[in-house]
Amino acid sequence: MLIKDVICPFCGCLCDDLAVEVENNKVIDVKHACKIGAAKIRGHNRIEAPMMRESKTDEFREVSYDEAINEAARILVDSKRPLMYGWASCLCEMMKKGVLLAEEVGGILDNTASVCHGPSALGVQEKGIPTGTLGQFANRADVVIFWGCNPVQAHPRHMSRYSVFAKGFFTNKGRKDRKIVVVDVRKTDTAEMADEYVQVNPGEDYKLLAAFRAAVADKADVIPDTVAGVSKEKIVELAAAMKGAKYGIVYFGMGVTQTRCKYKNIDIAVSLTTDLNAYTKFSIIPMRGHYNVTGAGQVFAWETGYVNGIDMSRGVPYYNPGETCSNDMLMREELDSAFVIGGDAGAHFPAQSIARMAKIPVIQVDPFHNPTTEMANIVIPVKVSGVELAGTAYRMDSVCLRMRKLVDVDFPSDEEVLDKILAKVKEIKGVS
Amino acid sequence: MSELLIKNAVVYDPINKVNGEKMDIAVKDGKIVDSIGNGADVIDAAGRLVYPGGVDAHTHIAGSKVNIGRIMRPDDSRLNNKPRTKITRPYTGYTVPNVYAMGYGYAEMGYTTAFEAAIPILKARHTHEEFEEIPIIDKGGLTLFSSNWMVMDAIREDDLDRVAAYVAWGLEASRGWGVKIVNPGGGEAWGFGKNVAGLDDPVPNFEVTPRQIIRYLAEANEKLNLPHSIHLHCNNLGKPGNYTTTLETFDICKDIKPKRDRQAVHLTHIQFNSWGGNHWGDMESKGDEIAKYMNKNDHLTIDMGQLVFGSATTMTADGPVQYANAKLLKARWANGDVELEDASGVTPLSYHPESYIHGIMWAIGLELALLTEDPWKVLMTTDHPNGGPYVNYPDVVTLLMSKKKREEAMAKIADLTFERTSIATIDRELDWYDIAIKTRSAHSKILGMVEYGKGHLGVGADADIAIYDLKPDETDSTIEYEKVKAALRRAAYTIKDGAIVVKDGEITATPMGRTYWVKSTAPSDAHDRMMADLKMKFKNYYSVNFANYMVQDEYVHNPVIEECGYA
Repeated sequence: MLIKDVICPFCGCLCDDLAVEVENNKVIDVKHACKIGAAKIRGHNRIEAPMMRESKTDEFREVSYDEAINEAARILVDSKRPLMYGWASCLCEMMKKGVLLAEEVGGILDNTASVCHGPSALGVQEKGIPTGTLGQFANRADVVIFWGCNPVQAHPRHMSRYSVFAKGFFTNKGRKDRKIVVVDVRKTDTAEMADEYVQVNPGEDYKLLAAFRAAVADKADVIPDTVAGVSKEKIVELAAAMKGAKYGIVYFGMGVTQTRCKYKNIDIAVSLTTDLNAYTKFSIIPMRGHYNVTGAGQVFAWETGYVNGIDMSRGVPYYNPGETCSNDMLMREELDSAFVIGGDAGAHFPAQSIARMAKIPVIQVDPFHNPTTEMANIVIPVKVSGVELAGTAYRMDSVCLRMRKLVDVDFPSDEEVLDKILAKVKEIKGVS
Repeated sequence: MSELLIKNAVVYDPINKVNGEKMDIAVKDGKIVDSIGNGADVIDAAGRLVYPGGVDAHTHIAGSKVNIGRIMRPDDSRLNNKPRTKITRPYTGYTVPNVYAMGYGYAEMGYTTAFEAAIPILKARHTHEEFEEIPIIDKGGLTLFSSNWMVMDAIREDDLDRVAAYVAWGLEASRGWGVKIVNPGGGEAWGFGKNVAGLDDPVPNFEVTPRQIIRYLAEANEKLNLPHSIHLHCNNLGKPGNYTTTLETFDICKDIKPKRDRQAVHLTHIQFNSWGGNHWGDMESKGDEIAKYMNKNDHLTIDMGQLVFGSATTMTADGPVQYANAKLLKARWANGDVELEDASGVTPLSYHPESYIHGIMWAIGLELALLTEDPWKVLMTTDHPNGGPYVNYPDVVTLLMSKKKREEAMAKIADLTFERTSIATIDRELDWYDIAIKTRSAHSKILGMVEYGKGHLGVGADADIAIYDLKPDETDSTIEYEKVKAALRRAAYTIKDGAIVVKDGEITATPMGRTYWVKSTAPSDAHDRMMADLKMKFKNYYSVNFANYMVQDEYVHNPVIEECGYA
């Protein structure tokens, strides 16, 4: 059976044109997807059964779901400051349950944006964000800037579907209708195919963005001969190209958010984009990684008022990034347990945070073995959302789509696991 | 099943012409009934004010715009915080409350129904995701068709039936209740950073005018026999001198014959479109001109879009307006272009009584309501949260009911306001019957919700009832406005579908409400022509596949579906 219009549960592109061949409840072939997406849908090395261990140096022993769930609930209830982290490779339906559970145990609710596009959220809080849907850029944008991102490797179909080769109503020649500019510290594969590659010195993005703002405002006289490794001449030339665009778009990645100046880079990148709207139309959009990390921000925002780093211990959500995000709290050794779902703290947190995680009980809910598993005391395997379970996800441009189910499996969904943990937590606490 | 008797109520139910009558209201299985048995639960209203549950026909409560507001404004989420209880989830936010505070806040004021005023079809699933989480109140939404390529291409080819077929499809795709038009054509022009200047300024690349967009959609609306009329946010909003465009827009639908017992067009938050002058320096009110038109014509209704001093988060599909706001105020600016369909923008701002601009805006909203004679023609709204958050409705009510309250407010407002408006000369004070019309009954009538049992207390109506801790017989609303405000802010009882959800201003139960949407049909040949064009656009221009676009049933909880179509 060929299932069409399948939505890919890998990256924030949420390509929705996949065709998946299923026979005898097994995925046989994945068409139109990139290699990474196809690999995820085909499946690999999943965790087969719930596992527990007392000490992190012990071998895991297989246990029943009930035993793992009950112990997870006990740990959450016994913790003063439980972290509930991840929420990016899972569906919105789980996130809603996660917020409820965090309220019940007074947990810290945080998503992977904390170590990714969290600074982008802070930039948005400072300056807003002029943006749009990916189809708007495909149909209109003739000047395309990739800043600190490398879609060839990280979002492989982004360029063909939305940004570079895509043909649209006002861009019917596709690539030929567009000027592609890549700003990066190294000549990435994306830079190789650009019309302009601008090599910025590491950690100096802010300076270069500031110089662009000056050039756009016709104040090139204040720009030194070289800024962040880029010549004044090139800066003035590119600023003119931006102002001359019919529709310009800046795609930015962690090369901007996780380098020196962090959220200030986004603040000034948004300001530059806003400035350009005095001359033409310009938009800016973060390249989101996990397929539903955008959804995590959306769900947390409508449920709690905040996108990440939400401390539920007061009974009312409290947000203060720098104080209430995962790594702030791990490094202060304030957290006394961690519940990790739909994200991989083990792979992406700094060493100091990992050192703390090694000392506290860690519960992992995930279909796959990953570095977090190595630090876990309880591992609860679940369905692969978007392959084995239908539900909601938000594309990087906040367009909401319904992921499809392709095959049936016996594993429980994240939602069922969360429901059971929540019920057990209430039972232990003696609340209805 | 459950039975309830509300005794000794002083009832205002304008749809049934009940004006302050002391009576009992009987409720059975969630509906108003003639009488019930002796075993019913009893609430003794003891002469207190009883209204049908409040209905808000124009508010921004859910979806991508509201949520970007929350994302941009952690400063707002810090306000109005209330921890979770055994019954309620935590409250956060003032202008952009979280989903829980959104539902609780309405219910606490005796409101039981609210309609989201702008759903972009491509992002409709998001709107319904939030609807699902907003407790207690019933919901519906208005779907945007203002700068839609399907609509504009069909208009250019003078194919009215194809416009209607697309409207029918778009309403189903978004699970929407009515046709919303925001700055017609302006959203498309904004795609390249431009705007349309007036009703006859052609939309770039599409060769249709805003006037045509309004006209065709109004006609399509009647061909489809939709419960609500077109719901229009005029061109040139927020610009001094825009009242001429507004008056011209009023005339466009003058000869449209509504298929149902309602207006031919509803023009929303008209305060923002009643401005005279040529620039900010000489801006003045033309609220009196607008009201004069309202008094002479019966084909239209409007809502106030009242300004409330303090913090607001402006959000609209009118993209260029938000850019202009942000630039003027050096404020944060979120823009949200939606491919093939529309634009949008969100900008936080604050209204100050010291500013005569804001003073004039404040006065215009009140002029519209007080100078238009027929209370049914002007709804009380703040265009939440554009003019200010809906939690301020009780304050707006007191301004309408009390000249003394207005004078007290005016003492703090910039003097120039009173040279440029007529507010200081208006003596009219609305009564409880007028307020019932302006806060529930007319909202229901204008939306086409009367037959769904909203906005009235006739037999068969939904038992959505508000009891306020205030005795109309013993309260002089022209003087005791603090008492009025306090009573309306926290209902003594809010009853939803016959169940008590608020007692003494506190939430006591959180049932989930319904979602109303319209499934309409056009002739099959027009539908086929439309689908051919639609499939072409999905193949070539949309970033989402056709099969993944339409909102699925899973997202619409407790749906109530109106079915209608060509007669």
